[in-house]
Amino acid sequence: MSGILNSSIARKVAMALSAIFLLIFLLQHFLINFTSVISENLFNELSHFMGTNILIQAVMQPVLIFAVVFHFVMGFILEAKNKSARKIKYVSYNGGANSSWMSRNMIYSGLVILAFLVLHFIDFWIPEMNYKYIQFNPEDPTRYYGELVHKFESPLRVGAYVVSFALLSLHLLHGFQSSFQSVGCNGKYTPALKAFGKYFAILIPLGFIFIALFHHFNH
Amino acid sequence: MNLTLKIWRQKDANTQGKIVDYPISEVSPDMSFLEMLDVLNEQLISKGEEPVEFDHDCREGICGTCSLQINGEPHGPDRGVTTCQLHMRMFKDGDTIFIEPFRANAFPVIKDLIVDRSSFDRIQQAGGFISVNTSGNTIDANSIPVNKHDADKSFDAATCIGCGACVAACKNASAMLFTSAKVSQFALLPQGQVEATDRVMNMVRQMDLEGFGNCTNTGACEIECPKGISLENIARMNREYLKASTK
Ligand code: HEM
Ligand code: SF4
Ligand code: FES
Repeated sequence: MSGILNSSIARKVAMALSAIFLLIFLLQHFLINFTSVISENLFNELSHFMGTNILIQAVMQPVLIFAVVFHFVMGFILEAKNKSARKIKYVSYNGGANSSWMSRNMIYSGLVILAFLVLHFIDFWIPEMNYKYIQFNPEDPTRYYGELVHKFESPLRVGAYVVSFALLSLHLLHGFQSSFQSVGCNGKYTPALKAFGKYFAILIPLGFIFIALFHHFNH
Repeated sequence: MNLTLKIWRQKDANTQGKIVDYPISEVSPDMSFLEMLDVLNEQLISKGEEPVEFDHDCREGICGTCSLQINGEPHGPDRGVTTCQLHMRMFKDGDTIFIEPFRANAFPVIKDLIVDRSSFDRIQQAGGFISVNTSGNTIDANSIPVNKHDADKSFDAATCIGCGACVAACKNASAMLFTSAKVSQFALLPQGQVEATDRVMNMVRQMDLEGFGNCTNTGACEIECPKGISLENIARMNREYLKASTK
């Protein structure tokens, strides 16, 4: 590919590919978390698998970290470039007349998600790495459920969780269909894809919120 | 109708501009927006003031010369029309109307409401054409069969009049809709295949060089385009670009 990421379209496609990867990750993450509502054992089993499988830990985890970092760094770069493409602003600009709020404010919904991810990193990932790879604690395949329930005790954390997922929903309401347009998919399947995207963008974040509230109020 | 116009006045490219208020009375709802500005200019001239400079030519929605950001939207609040086709009945008595030039670094202001859109010409010159032999052996275009579906889509793309409303509407000042229409009109035809790779690479390179922003799929361009150019063209250009990149 000539001059990778040097052209506007290459950047746009790369942005979309990282986003599509994150969409798939999000679905996978949701499905596993949701089992915690149904069965303690199943949730422990799946978490144990994810936490100890060499392919997940050595390959998918670095890929995920790369995708997240790439996505938000690229998001900042694009936002800066796009802002500077119109140095003299309009005195009167009616963006709401021709585009959705979500589509114009991806950087703000993204920033809230980023804040959440930082929290999630400190909250989950660092203790997890510490537990497994620094302190070399013996693996206890039944610890995960208890840890999850413990996380959702604090109303403050649950509140932050709810707000973040509400903004993730807004991010995806535009982002889902946008990522397909970016990679060049727009044709007779687009109306169906847009409808599916809407359900995805609302139901998955709502599902995460449900899981948090479920454990908060049930224990 | 009595209106208050808030118009961007700027002496030349290098002078700072500002919004100036102009009250105007007895505007007929049947006037076009440009006729309303003509009336204002006659009044300004009779008072010995500088008239407001604005672009126009055909005044029937086919040349793409008229521009204007009206109350924050290119070509004003109506849909599927250029400013010359916009009528004063879209406004109410007593309204305040902001009139500004199309804004983008790639569209610098020349004077008042007139901007330099030659960046579009340079994108077009970078590849928005097909090379034909005109030495006397020219082949009739109709001798190459084209399926109806593709011909229609190509024609739709070719209706782009290069007005720049897509850029003006876009929060990123992106020229993707224009460029994609100019790529698509050939990408859909057999005549366009020979130079397809160079065309999309060169046109996108020129578009980036001119300083237009990146598309983020807000869709504002499609809504504001007077010719209804579809976002499908942008997706097609992205496919063409990816295909060309691997060659
Ligand atoms: C799990 C987390 C996330 C998911 C699933 C996600 C998903 C998406 C999707 C699907 C798109 C559309 C891509 C396209 O139009 O081609 C997008 C765009 C965007 N995202 Fe995210 N995102 C996430 C996190 C973030 C974060 C943390 C930021 C940080 C600032 C961010 C900033 C942006 C921006 C600025 C765009 C618009 C870029 C463009 O359209 O060119 N996102 N995201
Ligand atoms: S795509 Fe539409 S808005 Fe853009 S230049 Fe062409 S006609 Fe004007
Ligand atoms: S003056 Fe020609 S399109 Fe408006």
